[in-house]
Amino acid sequence: MDIYICVGSACHLKGSYEVIKKFQKIIENNPNCQITLKSSFCLGECSDLVSVKINDKIFSVSPESAEDFMKNIISN
Amino acid sequence: MRKFENQVQLVKYEVLKKVSEYAFDGRLYESIIDIPKIVNEGPNPRFRCCVYHERAITEERIQMALGGNKSNPNLVEVLDSACDQCPTNRFTITESCRGCLSHRCVSSCPKEAIYIRNQKAHIDYSKCIECGKCKEECPYNSIIDTMRPCQRACPTNAISINKMKKATISKEDCIQCGSCVYQCPFGAIQDKSEIVEVIKELNESKTNIYAVLAPSFSTQFNYLELEKVVKGLKILGFKDVIEVSLGADLVTIWETEEFKSHIEEHKYMTTSCCPSFVNYVKKKFFDEKNNISTTVSPMIAISQIIKKMDETSKVVFIGPCIAKKGEKNSVDVKGITDYVLTFEELAAMLDSKKINLENITSSPLNNATETGRGYAASGGVTKAIESYIKMQNIDVDFKPVVCSGIKEAKKALTIAKIGKLDGNFIEGMACEGGCIKGPVTMHYGNKDKKSLDKYSKLAKEKDPKSATEVFNTDNIIKYSSL
Repeated sequence: MDIYICVGSACHLKGSYEVIKKFQKIIENNPNCQITLKSSFCLGECSDLVSVKINDKIFSVSPESAEDFMKNIISN
Repeated sequence: MRKFENQVQLVKYEVLKKVSEYAFDGRLYESIIDIPKIVNEGPNPRFRCCVYHERAITEERIQMALGGNKSNPNLVEVLDSACDQCPTNRFTITESCRGCLSHRCVSSCPKEAIYIRNQKAHIDYSKCIECGKCKEECPYNSIIDTMRPCQRACPTNAISINKMKKATISKEDCIQCGSCVYQCPFGAIQDKSEIVEVIKELNESKTNIYAVLAPSFSTQFNYLELEKVVKGLKILGFKDVIEVSLGADLVTIWETEEFKSHIEEHKYMTTSCCPSFVNYVKKKFFDEKNNISTTVSPMIAISQIIKKMDETSKVVFIGPCIAKKGEKNSVDVKGITDYVLTFEELAAMLDSKKINLENITSSPLNNATETGRGYAASGGVTKAIESYIKMQNIDVDFKPVVCSGIKEAKKALTIAKIGKLDGNFIEGMACEGGCIKGPVTMHYGNKDKKSLDKYSKLAKEKDPKSATEVFNTDNIIKYSSL
């Protein structure tokens, strides 16, 4: 599964690089999960938190909620 | 408020704006015939002898807006109908000639081209070789040099006057710096535009179009919050706006690494981010071209990153530079950056869509570092590499020579060629002052550097490594055939 994280200016200012790092860490700790992280420019939801796109659905994630969000994805 | 430095920029803008308006409306080819009459309404002329002359010039400007003569590889062309006002003889004896007794002008002339009639000096232009000795000798400064501004501006002597007394540009010698475009007081030399193609993409393309914005935009829109320009571009139809400076951050990393290994076998390396400087080295210092960095420019770097993330997208560079229009078509990198627009063209597009930047919301622009943004001024690349070496604790002897403008570059390269350069790194920028003094901007000001510095300081990221680590830089293309 591909997960796209917006690294455009608005999301970058809200901490998208940190979100990516937190995602990476969790993926490293779960070597069996089939997830590829990809960065993307504007996903069109600039007013919310950091935009994360999974299967054409956009989620709003903050650096604080990133770990729980990813753990949730993996466990499902 | 948008301001234009002078009427040359204004008349170019007027034509570009009208072309842009019709192109956005999808009726360019039906309505193009009306543009000269709209721009030069008449009945009285504004600048020239008559309104018909002005319309003829406007027609030529329209041709340039449509891309100019495709069979001419030069990025700038002389508009024949606009080029007609310069004196063709270089030296002129003015009325302040006192008719003195010493006649130093006569004795200094190696061709006996100066004669005295009615106690005043005169030049026989059939003999004059334009050496300028008479001008140097006259005790009253009565002899003036009226060399054409385009010829004076050209750093490679690429401009000559043809038998129709019009300026012509040598394809072999032109390095596409655009000095003549900016210096011609009649706006008779103009750059070829891709504005119509970009608008067609924005109107019709099903793929994403990204704008990559050069940091010197901070000098052009300093009358408003810069983020409004980003929003304006999004309203025009660009999917996202990305800083070219983020590409500069990558260049800082790559060029530092390249420098470290290059210098083990060579005496010096030059920058490669200014395409006009690269053209200059290739055309005038051919034997030195192996010392040009093979790292691509920030424009090509950021375009590659975008295309890796969005394969079918198109990338439009927007900046102050004419030479970039040629760089994007050079052998190794063709097709990576799809189009190049200038700030003049951007202003025309925004205004043709009636987007008033002052009345819209803003959209942030913040990915690159302060030093990446600093590339737009002379000394910027050097500063970025210096700070990166320090930050990463890299063990290398970095001795930069900063060349602002071709004159300084010529000096440094001449010395480097004989192995006597006091340094091992040449930063070359064709425009004096760097990109913020590029030829196709709307205006210059003595506060340009301040505007850039202010914008640079707003950067969130401090280290080029952390600014770029989330991007995939595998298999990035470098220059092989410089």
